[in-house]
Amino acid sequence: MKVLVRGRARGPALISSKPINFLGMVDKETGVVGDPSHDLHGKSLAGSVLVFPHGAGSSVGAYTIYSIKAHGSAPSAMICERADLTVATGCATADIPLVVVPPGETARLGDGQMITVDTDSETITAG
Amino acid sequence: MHLDKSEEAALAGERGDVMQMAYRILVATGEATDAERLVPVKWVHLSGVNYNTIGDAGEGFLRSIRDRARVKVRTTLNPMGFDSDSVDAYGLSEEFIRMQESIRRSYEMMGVTTSFSCVPYDIFEMPEPGSQVAFAESNAAIHANSLDGLKTNKESAFSALASALTGKSPYSAFRGDVSPDTAIKMTIDEPTDLDWGMLGFFAGKVAGGSAAISGPPPSDRRSCKAICGGMGTSGTCAKFTFGEAPAGCERVQFDRTEADRILEDLGTAERGDLIVLGSPQLGAGELAELAGMLRGRRFKKECMIFCPRTAKEQAAASGVAGVLERAGCRLLADCCACLTPLISRDSTDSVTTNSIKGAYYLGRSNGVGVELKPLAGIIRDETR
Repeated sequence: MKVLVRGRARGPALISSKPINFLGMVDKETGVVGDPSHDLHGKSLAGSVLVFPHGAGSSVGAYTIYSIKAHGSAPSAMICERADLTVATGCATADIPLVVVPPGETARLGDGQMITVDTDSETITAG
Repeated sequence: MHLDKSEEAALAGERGDVMQMAYRILVATGEATDAERLVPVKWVHLSGVNYNTIGDAGEGFLRSIRDRARVKVRTTLNPMGFDSDSVDAYGLSEEFIRMQESIRRSYEMMGVTTSFSCVPYDIFEMPEPGSQVAFAESNAAIHANSLDGLKTNKESAFSALASALTGKSPYSAFRGDVSPDTAIKMTIDEPTDLDWGMLGFFAGKVAGGSAAISGPPPSDRRSCKAICGGMGTSGTCAKFTFGEAPAGCERVQFDRTEADRILEDLGTAERGDLIVLGSPQLGAGELAELAGMLRGRRFKKECMIFCPRTAKEQAAASGVAGVLERAGCRLLADCCACLTPLISRDSTDSVTTNSIKGAYYLGRSNGVGVELKPLAGIIRDETR
């Protein structure tokens, strides 16, 4: 596990197999995914532990991550398979714990399952 | 990434929430780019200024930290959305103007030198070669690495802001010695400024980090800037050199066929309703040169010229601005063609420009058609 933004957070896993373009796809107040072609379409990111491959699109998307945090609509933590600067700086600005793990490690997580991310112990625990 | 004691303390919040956030950004950026430590930087150039790009979320973010944030090193910044001298001429909404002014105010309160320019290399004295800087504007970062002997990554708006607040940046990639990964053989004879812009665009796409371009460099500033602008638009490549490429490079050729392919992609119109010069902005020297080229001639349609405020003031004092205005040009300071709110599909179908970077953003973001021509061709065809 690589820790990009430290912290400890708990929430239901929200799992996507697709990259997320925060600028184009996520409502900057409600945190709801608005892109009909995305597998999280219509879902709110609020309070979740968001599990997705990596960010995509404009680096301005980092402001969107800050904005949903300021509106109380942000994920409580994010888990990615690859580090990208938009998600990294967005989570850092908004103080949302962010870790990068190898793809296989998220396969054991079930969508909606309560999980805890703890960067001190470098663990992702279910239950 | 290793942090020293005082950096760890700042990350733990002992120097306030803004410094804590700044170090969080540096750590996240450093971990994402495999940096081992932070190094001091002498100069930071920020992006994230134009309300057209950062929007309400960006404005709100800056407003929320401006009371407590102060820059630690010399910090300059990118263009905003309009020139205050002519803000009424373009039908911008009151909302846009108010939000843009708030962004300006936030940066002023943080102690940023509000240069509103994407060509810091044209208006400020450069630090000595080898100096570490942190430039978020892609064409300026490429110019710094390739032509000024400085060292910077293509910073994000956030990593650059964090560097401004802390005076530090993660030591990764272009902060060390980077050798070219791709050799580009330039085969176009007597290339124009537009050809060089297209070569930059091509290089940005094919080179991962650094490109070696064969043959002699262009002799004029306009063409050098065109390479930087084109390269910054198309990819992650952040440096170029001229001359022999080291062994082991990927070898590709940039010829007329490749150039025509880019022209077909970005040149979407056969004529323009107006002429757009700048992106990157024109420096004082380029304005004077243009005035010389236009002597006794007049544009048949409006020509918008984007430049830094200092260049506009210098041109006014020297009489260059008068020559340009009499030739049908309008000088616009503090803003740029890239992501400008001043050109919209509502009033403009298409523009004529010599800038690949301008063509890319005017086409993709503003949605207008673009006719691409070298500057000499524009003057030949569009003036009398």
